[in-house]
Amino acid sequence: MDKTSYRNLTRGIVAENPILVMMLGMCPTLGVSTSALNGVGMGLATLLVLIFSNSAISLVKNIIPPMVRIPSFIVIIASIVTVVDLLMAAYLPALHAALGIYIPLIVVNCIILGRAEAFASKNNLWQSVLDALGMGIGFTLALTVLGAIREILGNGSLFGIALLGEDVNPILLFIMPPGAFLALAAMIVTFNRLRKGN
Amino acid sequence: MTYLLIFITAIFVNNIVLSQFLGICPFLGVSKKISTALGMGFAVMFVMTVSTIATFLIYHSLLLPFRLEYMTTVAFILVIAALVQMVEIIIKKVSPMLYQALGIFLPLITTNCAVLGIAILTVQKNYALLPGVCYALASAAGFTLAIVIFAGIRERLAYTKIPAALKGTPIALITAGLLSMAFMGFAGIGH
Repeated sequence: MDKTSYRNLTRGIVAENPILVMMLGMCPTLGVSTSALNGVGMGLATLLVLIFSNSAISLVKNIIPPMVRIPSFIVIIASIVTVVDLLMAAYLPALHAALGIYIPLIVVNCIILGRAEAFASKNNLWQSVLDALGMGIGFTLALTVLGAIREILGNGSLFGIALLGEDVNPILLFIMPPGAFLALAAMIVTFNRLRKGN
Repeated sequence: MTYLLIFITAIFVNNIVLSQFLGICPFLGVSKKISTALGMGFAVMFVMTVSTIATFLIYHSLLLPFRLEYMTTVAFILVIAALVQMVEIIIKKVSPMLYQALGIFLPLITTNCAVLGIAILTVQKNYALLPGVCYALASAAGFTLAIVIFAGIRERLAYTKIPAALKGTPIALITAGLLSMAFMGFAGIGH
């Protein structure tokens, strides 16, 4: 793999992580990260939409007049989200119910439109897929870690498996809304510290 | 009584920002000053109410009769995007004063997930038109309340000594977390 491809693939994972550095897609991040499994599910759904939207937009970028570019992107993204929504409702009904309103809201996730506008509308298909893959993986990783932290602290379990004994009371606050803000703040502080350490 | 309940629930108990996590981007982004936060709040209130009426009518007179429910997301986002553009043009023509105040916030609202979220939730919850509009208006009022309080706290925070590691986003998130904790106190009213 040449250098540009490698950079496009890895950029989204640490240096420009959508959640921890760019602060994009905050609504699903805070809303669904009540468990590690929800984090993985939401992350993968977004990754899937991101790959298809980036490739579709990269393919049609020369046909769309610049004036109507944003509405066209939104229609493309909304169609892909609808497909993913219906697929999840059919094959993963439990996860679909847990993620609820946040699945159709992938349409207005700033990461998707952001990458379409900033990257896919200027680059070729292969590079756009790599960029989508990197951003999607970065989003999924951050979301899963946040979900895991909240699940361990707030529910005493990880991926549904109980970790603490029965006589230990978990800190319920962390799976409630305030916990989302506090856990994410702590995660960003730690992430910045680790990055500076290198 | 039903309407009062819808209002109190949507503003305090299930606050759209602090307990449902919709519209977090403008909540964190345009909350450095009370005046801009207030402007954003009123713009959202206006767009959310109008767009909920429009999407409600489209859902019940177009999507449902033709069994096109699976097109909800695509149809709604298009309606909202077009509506925001239209509202912007009309306000610019009719009231330049209001345009001056709301102008810069209007384009941002298209990608405010709260607007699409409330439009979808209104049809999902099977509200009739009038309670649906009340629900949208109350949710937007909840957004305005949250963002104005948050901006007030951040104005004070600007003069405080904050540990270097927490500067910027982390302290904003912690503040939002504490605010959300305060709003949890309203949860008892709902039952």
